[in-house]
Amino acid sequence: MAVGTVFMVLYLLVELAVSDSSKSSEDVRCKCICPPYRNLTGHIYNKNVSQKDCNCLHVVEPMPVPGRDVEAYCLLCECKYEERSTTTIKVTIIIYLTVVGALLVYMAFLMIVDPLIRKQDSYIQPLHNEEDTEDTRPFAPSHAQARANTVLERVEGAQQRWKRQVQEQRKTVFDRHKMLS
Amino acid sequence: SAGYDMATGSEMNGSGNLMDFLEESVPEVGMYEDFYTIDWLREKSRDTDRHRKITSRSKESLWERIKGLLDAWSGWVVMLLIGLLAGTLAGVIDLAVDWMTDLKEGVCLAGFWFSHEQCCWTSNETTFEDRDKCPQWKTWSELLVGQPEGASAYILNYLIYVLWALTFSFLGVSLVKMFAPYACGSGIPEIKTILSGFIIRGYLGKWTLLIKTVTLVLAVSSGLSLGKEGPLVHVACCCGNLFCCLFSKYSKNEGKRREVLSAAAAAGVSVAFGAPIGGVLFSLEEVSYYFPLKTLWRSFFAALVAAFTLRSINPFGNSRLVLFYVEYHTPWYMAELVPFILLGVFGGLWGTLFIRGNIAWCRKRKNTKLGRYPVLEVIAVTAITAIFAFPNQYTRQSTSELISELFNDCGALESSQLCDYINDPNMTRPVDDIPDRAAGPGVYAAIWQLALALIFKIVITIFTFGMKMPSGLFIPSMAVGAIAGRMVGIGVEQMAYHHHDWFIFRSWCRPGADCVTPGLYAMVGAAACLGGVTRMTVSLVVIMFELTGGLEYIVPLMAAAVTSKWVADAFGKVGIYEAHIHLNGYPFLDSKDEFRHRTLATDVMRPRRTEPPLSVLTQGSMTVEDVEALIKDTDYNGFPVVVTKESERLIGFVQRRDLIPAIRNARKVQDGVVSNSIVYFTEDPPPLLGNSPCPLKLWRILNLSPFTVTDHTPMETVVDIFRKLGLRQCLVTRSGRLLGILTKKDVLRHMAQMANQDPESIMFN
Repeated sequence: MAVGTVFMVLYLLVELAVSDSSKSSEDVRCKCICPPYRNLTGHIYNKNVSQKDCNCLHVVEPMPVPGRDVEAYCLLCECKYEERSTTTIKVTIIIYLTVVGALLVYMAFLMIVDPLIRKQDSYIQPLHNEEDTEDTRPFAPSHAQARANTVLERVEGAQQRWKRQVQEQRKTVFDRHKMLS
Repeated sequence: SAGYDMATGSEMNGSGNLMDFLEESVPEVGMYEDFYTIDWLREKSRDTDRHRKITSRSKESLWERIKGLLDAWSGWVVMLLIGLLAGTLAGVIDLAVDWMTDLKEGVCLAGFWFSHEQCCWTSNETTFEDRDKCPQWKTWSELLVGQPEGASAYILNYLIYVLWALTFSFLGVSLVKMFAPYACGSGIPEIKTILSGFIIRGYLGKWTLLIKTVTLVLAVSSGLSLGKEGPLVHVACCCGNLFCCLFSKYSKNEGKRREVLSAAAAAGVSVAFGAPIGGVLFSLEEVSYYFPLKTLWRSFFAALVAAFTLRSINPFGNSRLVLFYVEYHTPWYMAELVPFILLGVFGGLWGTLFIRGNIAWCRKRKNTKLGRYPVLEVIAVTAITAIFAFPNQYTRQSTSELISELFNDCGALESSQLCDYINDPNMTRPVDDIPDRAAGPGVYAAIWQLALALIFKIVITIFTFGMKMPSGLFIPSMAVGAIAGRMVGIGVEQMAYHHHDWFIFRSWCRPGADCVTPGLYAMVGAAACLGGVTRMTVSLVVIMFELTGGLEYIVPLMAAAVTSKWVADAFGKVGIYEAHIHLNGYPFLDSKDEFRHRTLATDVMRPRRTEPPLSVLTQGSMTVEDVEALIKDTDYNGFPVVVTKESERLIGFVQRRDLIPAIRNARKVQDGVVSNSIVYFTEDPPPLLGNSPCPLKLWRILNLSPFTVTDHTPMETVVDIFRKLGLRQCLVTRSGRLLGILTKKDVLRHMAQMANQDPESIMFN
């Protein structure tokens, strides 16, 4: 729960900070597209005006038709007020790629580096494992809890537990097809 | 099986915030285990007790009163947080999907994080003919080889498109398999089951949330025929579960937690469609089991906050929430109801075809060797989809863009192939009142391509939904319907233009008027197909009209939705989500099913005639050793307590999960409790005689009001009781004597048997 709140608050703060400070002139515009009319070719007009001024009369400059034809010309034109935030897009994509990259690195670590580390520890483990043959639960054996006081040991323990949970989930979904088939 | 981890669990829980961060919550004393059904009555009474305690304490001091107020407001705080996080995640997903879908085709030189549309935003073309040109956007063949056109460029683009699609889907399925296997599929059938009272630990966890969000983007970007609406409901429910941990009111009470999850589901649909009211109705109609009025108002609040957050992130750059928000107000005519109803029939037929095909394929995946190669399956389906999708421009673009293009009315400024009508050069009508025109060659070509796209989508979606990747089916269904609708619309439009003197057109369609809007037909078709598959009624219509912003179109939408539901119900009684629930055998007691058989409670209860007699505890004649032996020999969830084994008069019911820790605790803490101690379930046990060991008083864990029915109660009533009260088990008596027990699983098995399904497929405990 703390994770979710922290992530969300950070993201929203970044958004607010970034969007308020630099709204570049490229990010807001009124775009009017006018199709060909009589002997005039079609044209696109862009102008940075507010939303209530986003209509043909304010944006199309210089007006290519004389005064009495302006209304007919303007009826053909389509004006849209467009707004976007390039920084939001940039921040979001970069955050997303970072998360995917981190997950890939962690996946590589779990698949390649972790078994190598475990193999070194496995010489020490068999002595402990013989004492609690019945223990198949995802919790560390009780005598090891006395050692589980340093942060690293606790992280180890949590990671082992999580790995077992994922293993259990994988068996349920992929092997036994009990769920989500 | 009773795996009790309370001793180690409590120690682990006390060791700091790092642990809370790293692990999922450990089941505590008296909490439910994985794959169990909760007891709604018990949860409700626990909540009432908690509330009464807080109210009585609030009179003591100011601080207590403030705590009482905070408790009352905690629900609203949770809704606010859920709305914020769900909106944020939906915005991130939308932006990432937008970019990655276009990444398959090319890159923007102005900044690699821009999608095609965003890249073209900055183009400075000013002439009308060049309005679609985008010099900053380079396709891969242009970048790698320097050739924008030509056969070799086409082949290179094709190859790179397929490669990107395969990369994305392989990445997605590997992440799912490695980190969170529960993140695959749509999520709505499982959430329906969870909301009806089932516990699936880890399904709404933090890793599932993270992986589902990340792999959803990958799945949609890889061009597969799936949508993101169903998974967004799952993501929102994960957010809901996450914030429940903040308050013990929700984290310790499974019944209250489900109220929050119902509201979170509403927020999920709200951000998926930009439809807050539709989201609430969807949660009410499709997802939730119990939906008290209090939840209605809170769901609406969560949905609004989520929609507002998404709007402020503004993923589509025009303050709209959904990619295919259309806003036209051209009227429709009564004679057009005929094609609308035909579209409804098409929707119903497609719904039936899809449900049957998909369930058959999923059953094959579940039971045969196909299910052993999930990664290969995903890669194969992606390869087939990408290879067949690239040549047809309507399948190459993302499905949301396709739907947007189909829903749009053709103004004078549209340059797409679908709007290639023969224009009158002297026409001077304004943009949204263009009369019906003859179709140009571009339109005919578009119709051919759309027909091919329709067949392709119908076939490939059957094989895509249910793969081991997050997959939704709202968008593909809407795409199928929109394609069919648009084709019908163009057909009607051309018929009206070329034959406006026929009887059927004469009264309402004059030459030179704008009678037929093919975009509206596309919308109606989309609603019909979605209704045929999911069997939604009110929520579908509300979502569609919130998508379009046009209240004028309610009648056509309703006509199509009702017709498609009738046609689909004629062929099969259940929608896709219930069908998946049956396939997986989840213990879900559907409140829409009707039980019409004349069986009695005595036909269904356990023990049957051939089975050993019921395992009961007596009020005061069993020793601790006897009780422990009984617990070890059986794996029942609870035991009835009777006066004596001869009289069999019922006193109450005791749960296994309360009995085991009580005995264990008593052995550790109370002196004198040994294996020979007698267990008393009365308030005043008889006085001790001489040197008999100390008795064990377990009065407190006894439930004195178990639900009972007589043996001649019709099963119809029993099913109703189970549904309405959310019971887990029910005792059967005759003349006051205990006869047997009926559990929810027995009821489900009986219903399956009566409906000729396989009763052994009902799983779990």
